[in-house]
Formats: sequence, C-alpha cells, structure tokens
Amino acid sequence: MTENIQLNSEGKLKHFLSIEGLNKTLLTEILDIAESFIGMNDQQIKKVPLLRGKTIVNLFFENSTRTRTTFELAAKRLSADVLSMSIATSSTSKGESLLDTIRNLEAMFVDMFVVRHAISGAAHFIAQHTAPHISVINAGDGQHAHPTQAMLDMFTIRQVKQDFSNLRVAIIGDILHSRVARSQIQALNILGAAEVRVIAPKTLLPSHVESLGVNVSHDLTSGLKDIDVIIMLRLQKERMTSALLPSESEYFKCFGLTEAKLKIAKPDAIVMHPGPINRGVEIDSKVADGPQSVILKQVSNGIAIRMAIMAMAMQKQGAAG
Amino acid sequence: MLDINDLLNKLEAELKRVIVERGLVDPLMIGIRTGGVWVAEQLHQRLGIQDDLALLDISFYRDDFSQIGVNPNVKPSQLPQDIKGRDIILIDDVFYTGRTIRAALNEIFDYGRPNQVVLAVLIERDGKQIPLCPDCVGTSIKLNAGQRIKLTGPSPLSIHLQTLDAVA
Repeated sequence: MTENIQLNSEGKLKHFLSIEGLNKTLLTEILDIAESFIGMNDQQIKKVPLLRGKTIVNLFFENSTRTRTTFELAAKRLSADVLSMSIATSSTSKGESLLDTIRNLEAMFVDMFVVRHAISGAAHFIAQHTAPHISVINAGDGQHAHPTQAMLDMFTIRQVKQDFSNLRVAIIGDILHSRVARSQIQALNILGAAEVRVIAPKTLLPSHVESLGVNVSHDLTSGLKDIDVIIMLRLQKERMTSALLPSESEYFKCFGLTEAKLKIAKPDAIVMHPGPINRGVEIDSKVADGPQSVILKQVSNGIAIRMAIMAMAMQKQGAAG
Repeated sequence: MLDINDLLNKLEAELKRVIVERGLVDPLMIGIRTGGVWVAEQLHQRLGIQDDLALLDISFYRDDFSQIGVNPNVKPSQLPQDIKGRDIILIDDVFYTGRTIRAALNEIFDYGRPNQVVLAVLIERDGKQIPLCPDCVGTSIKLNAGQRIKLTGPSPLSIHLQTLDAVA
C-alpha cells in the first residue's frame, strides 16, 4: 500500500477517510475517547473547549439529516465554529468545481472539512488537494465508505457486548450498494470479531464478497443462527427499478427481520440499523421499536464518536502538518 | 524526606480547620485524576464525607490541546448531575503551574454553579504560572531545576522525588 494519507508522520490521525489502513490500536483509541465524551451528557453545559477558535465546514453534496446534524452538534459541543453547506451537484465537471469550492472555503481560514459526496473517493480527493493544515473527515462517499457510521456502530456494539472476540455479527440486506456495510466489515475484522456474516440475495452482493473477510448466506432463517449482533441495512428503494429485486413485499418475506426470525438469533442478540428505516421493507416495526433494538442508541452515540474523531484529527499535526 | 502519612495528617488537619472557617455544609469531595483521586480517597474516608467521591478528568479542558492533542487514556468524569449551590472540596496531588486547577474549575462550572470551592493539595511546589493558590496543603516545597514529584498508588500510596536529568 502507498503512504497512508490518513495518518501524520507520528502515526496520529490527520484525516478520517476510511477504516481501511487503520489499526486496532487507533480504532480502540477512538472508541475509548468517545466513551469519555458520553460522560459529558451529565454536564449542565454540554460543551468542552477543545476546538475553540477552530472552523469546521460540513460540505454535504448529498442529502443527509442524521449524519449532518450529529456532525454539527459534535462540532458545537467541541466549541468549534461550524458551518453546514448543502451543495447540490449536477455538473459534469465535478472535479474542477469541487476544487474551486474547496479553494474558496480555504480562503476563509477553515480548519476541517466534513464531506459527504455521491462519488466514491471524493473525500480522499479533497484531502489530497486541500491545504496541509486542513483535516478532512469522510461522512460518506458513494458506495465506498462511511467510516464514522461504522465507528458509532462499533461503539454501540462494545457498549452492550463489551468484547468483540466472541461476537458473531450478521449484516443483512443491500451489501452491494452499501458504503456502511463496507466500513463495518473492515472495522469488525480489525477489532477481531469472531465472525462477520453477510446475508443477502445474490443480486445485492458484490462479486467476490468473501474476499472482504466474511461468510455468505442467502437465507435469513438459517443465516441468523448463533448471531449476537444483527445489522440491518436500508433497502434503497431506487434499486427496485433496476430489476435487482422482484418487489418490496417479496423482499420483506425473504429478508425482512420479523419477531419470529429474530428468535432464531441468540436470545440476547441486538438489532441495529444505520437509518433511515424502511418499516415493513427490511425491518418490522415491532422489531425496530422492540426491546432488542439499539437503533436510537446508535444515533446518540453518533455525537460522541464524531466528537472523538474530530478532536483527534485536529490535534497538532507535527512535521507532516 | 516526604512522608506520605505526615502529609496526609497535616492536610486532614488543615482541611478540618478550613471546613469550619469557611462554613462548608455537606461538602462534595472531587478528586482530579489520577494522583488527586488517590489522595482524595484517603481524605474522603478520614473526614467521613457523606456523598460518594466524585472524579474529575480534565483532559478535555487542558489548555495545551493544540500542542499535545487528546490524552488517549482519558476517562469519563464522574460528577453528580447537579452541583449547583454545593460546597466543594477539590483535591489534587501536586500543585505546580496552576493550569490543572484552572482546567478543573472550568469543568466543574460546566456541571453547575457551586456555592464555594476549597482547594486542597498534598504538595505545593514552586513554579506557579497563573494567579491561583491552594487553600490547604500537606507541605510546600521548592525543587531544584530538573526535579519533579511523582505519586504512585493507590496502595501503597507513596511519593517519589525524581531528578529528570538522571532519568534522561
């Protein structure tokens, strides 16, 4: 592999673009620091002065509510000045206009970009071309990666299950188009989960998916056996038109998580979903709102994990800075 | 030499005096991680403080974040949710530049506005950089250049005087 652009010369986090290339120590450090930010919820004034005087720009080229708001709240709780920009893209010369946008914002003395973009590699591209003192956080790029989502999922899993080494985790649904799944699989393998299993119809799995370090099942009923953590993925409705699936109701019948199917997993299994949920498509409401669901916990944890990652990326950038 | 028990006895006596003098009512004791917590555990017991000992980790409030970054060993602070109007005894092991105490006070006030805060430290050493000083001390000492004090614990709790040149 070429030089890891995510780390500075001291091996510390500079950009957070993908889980790939980061080691267990660093991922664990992120989880540990986030743990302390959770403690802040007891404070009357929920703010720490770590990033006072820093300017963070959320650059969202793609719609998002949860991710953008939790990034914004995380930045504010770190006392940074934060600006959220939603930029619609339709131009074909995206490369050039993207750089122009970046250059203009750089001229406003920005310290960090949080980027969501429909094109895979966009955050990486910005990190390569932006001024050396600026950190870039990937808030989702195309079908490539969504590393902060994966980290908040790891955090939520650790909160309930403490240790990864005995865990069997099933990721269910549209693996093919999911940047979340890709990042989750990498994080689970780095953190040492006993098994990562993907459960999906053949049409929603990338070819050679096993090479990511997962076991594959095409049947939800048998696939859920012995599972400790169930991660449901959103079925992106726009895929329905592309002949990958017969119909929503057919999908729900085969791959939707119902109370009956949940019973096949371990009795203390937890149910996760990165949101937004399609109730009655990939998950039954009774399961989504049920006692084994930690979906809202994931949302709360998103703030702490993003605080940890932003704070770590903004620390002194040594010689590499 | 510095004897831990002598210092704790002295600090306990000082605190008892100041508790009366300042009229502390049902005080909440807060120890600053890590050494301050060890000292506070001793005093908490000796003074028979009612409330559980509260723990403060000032990592997120340090003024040198831009130089040293986030402390990867940070632990969550454990303070009661509402400290508004409380009388607080803040404990640390060594008072040196005063910056730790500034950070600690900033954090405490983010949990609520206390009635008063008393600062007690086992050892006050020279090198103050901001206008703060402890209310109670086990002892005050002046160190030579390159010397520093290190506390190890929690049991046994002991004090070591280190010479940095020798370490390097």
